[in-house]
Amino acid sequence: MQNLETVTSALLALSLVAGAIGVSRYQRLDLERDITVAVVRSFVQLAAIGYAINFIFGLESLGYVVLLLGVMVAFASWTSASRGEGVPGAFSISLTAIGVAAIITLGVLLALEIVPPTARYLIPLGGMVIGNSMNTASLVLGRIRDDIEAHGLDIEAALALGATSRQAVSPILKTSLQSAMTPLIDSTKTTGIIFLPGAMAGMIIGGADPLEAVRLQIVVLYMLLGSVSMAAILAGLLSYRSFFTSRHQLHLLKKPTRRDKSSFEG
Amino acid sequence: MEPDKVRLSNVRYAVGGVEILKGVTTSVDMGEVVSIVGPSGAGKSTLLRTVNRLVEPTSGEIFLDGVATSEMNPLELRRRVGMVFQLPALFGETVADVILYGLRLVGRSTDVRHLLESVGLNPSIAGRDPQSLSVGQQQRVSIARALALEPEVLLMDEPTSALDQAARQRVEDLIEDLNSRLDLTIVVVSHALDQVERVADRVLLLVDGRSEGEWSKEEFFYGKVAKQVRQFIAGEL
Repeated sequence: MQNLETVTSALLALSLVAGAIGVSRYQRLDLERDITVAVVRSFVQLAAIGYAINFIFGLESLGYVVLLLGVMVAFASWTSASRGEGVPGAFSISLTAIGVAAIITLGVLLALEIVPPTARYLIPLGGMVIGNSMNTASLVLGRIRDDIEAHGLDIEAALALGATSRQAVSPILKTSLQSAMTPLIDSTKTTGIIFLPGAMAGMIIGGADPLEAVRLQIVVLYMLLGSVSMAAILAGLLSYRSFFTSRHQLHLLKKPTRRDKSSFEG
Repeated sequence: MEPDKVRLSNVRYAVGGVEILKGVTTSVDMGEVVSIVGPSGAGKSTLLRTVNRLVEPTSGEIFLDGVATSEMNPLELRRRVGMVFQLPALFGETVADVILYGLRLVGRSTDVRHLLESVGLNPSIAGRDPQSLSVGQQQRVSIARALALEPEVLLMDEPTSALDQAARQRVEDLIEDLNSRLDLTIVVVSHALDQVERVADRVLLLVDGRSEGEWSKEEFFYGKVAKQVRQFIAGEL
């Protein structure tokens, strides 16, 4: 009976999405396909992870937790790499950035005994760390690729003046990291005033003590800020390098933009 | 005998399976102005970029004062071989920042006002935002930026193609002036024959990644043999 209620409420929430699809179609915004894919995927994936977590809780073995987190990291890296298409070695860059951020963040939480080493904490917190790191890594990869392509001439001009690749790309690296970090920094700044973050909202709805919810939320926020910064910086430092040779030469693998055309065609 | 200032020996460059330079051999004397001409897509800009190793030749060798550039640190090489691009590509908050960029990388400085004067700009613009200048002025700032490092060779990649007639004229005057006053060796990719006639001592024709001939300016414009070539170029440019 309860299962049926869950499905019914999910379907009711879906009516909002149906409204959005209707508007998109009416206004010819071409968002329907993406939204539909997102709805179907999220339903299947959430149902699957629900059963998986349930299963792992039953096993009470940390090995399975680590395995599940590993699968999450691999999947997140794959997603992030597809957003960073055109960045040479995008998958291994994402894998390093997201993996290192997750290992360090969760490792610190465990080492300092901020959370206990149980599946109940590690899976949801790990999911948040990995998911947010993935979003940031995707933003950084896409942004660095676009900016390097758009500013190819500025970069070459700097290299021609004796700058190293790092010096030549430094302004781009800075703006890419800033723009990728801004959403999380802004939401951290306004948290509690403009919106109640997910973990806290969930706990309060679930009937937990609001102060306990706040304590956990603060842990979550700092954890995310730390891991996202790490993922962004790693993704930034690793991805810019893949556009340069060791002799400080810029190589664009994709078609050069119009502005840079002369450099590569004649 | 003094070695050539710059010498290219069978330089090839391929990227993604496409051969852009198919074995170019040429040399540039000290204090000479050489114009590279040819149809678009011939590999002119790529050839220019092999000289300061913004592009690494797939095979072949380039010599500066008789020393193979592949043996040099690319950053040091680029401080000796300056480059001016089709568009000014200025970065920095003020004109002075732009001009000092290369020097600051090695912890040095210079007299910006003097450099501005030497490219025919008013020294008072040193504190201005470079984006507030006309494109012609910006291009002269980019030349001053290259000169700040006191290069021995200046590479120019269609430096006037984005400029209007008056600004073009001033940059061409400047090329002549830099060559005669500083005895600067200059290699310029040119997109117009009248520019070649004004600034070049010698002309190199590049077609489809190959050198199709070299002429002194006199031969090129007034010699018999080169007449057809010249017409071909005029049609292609």
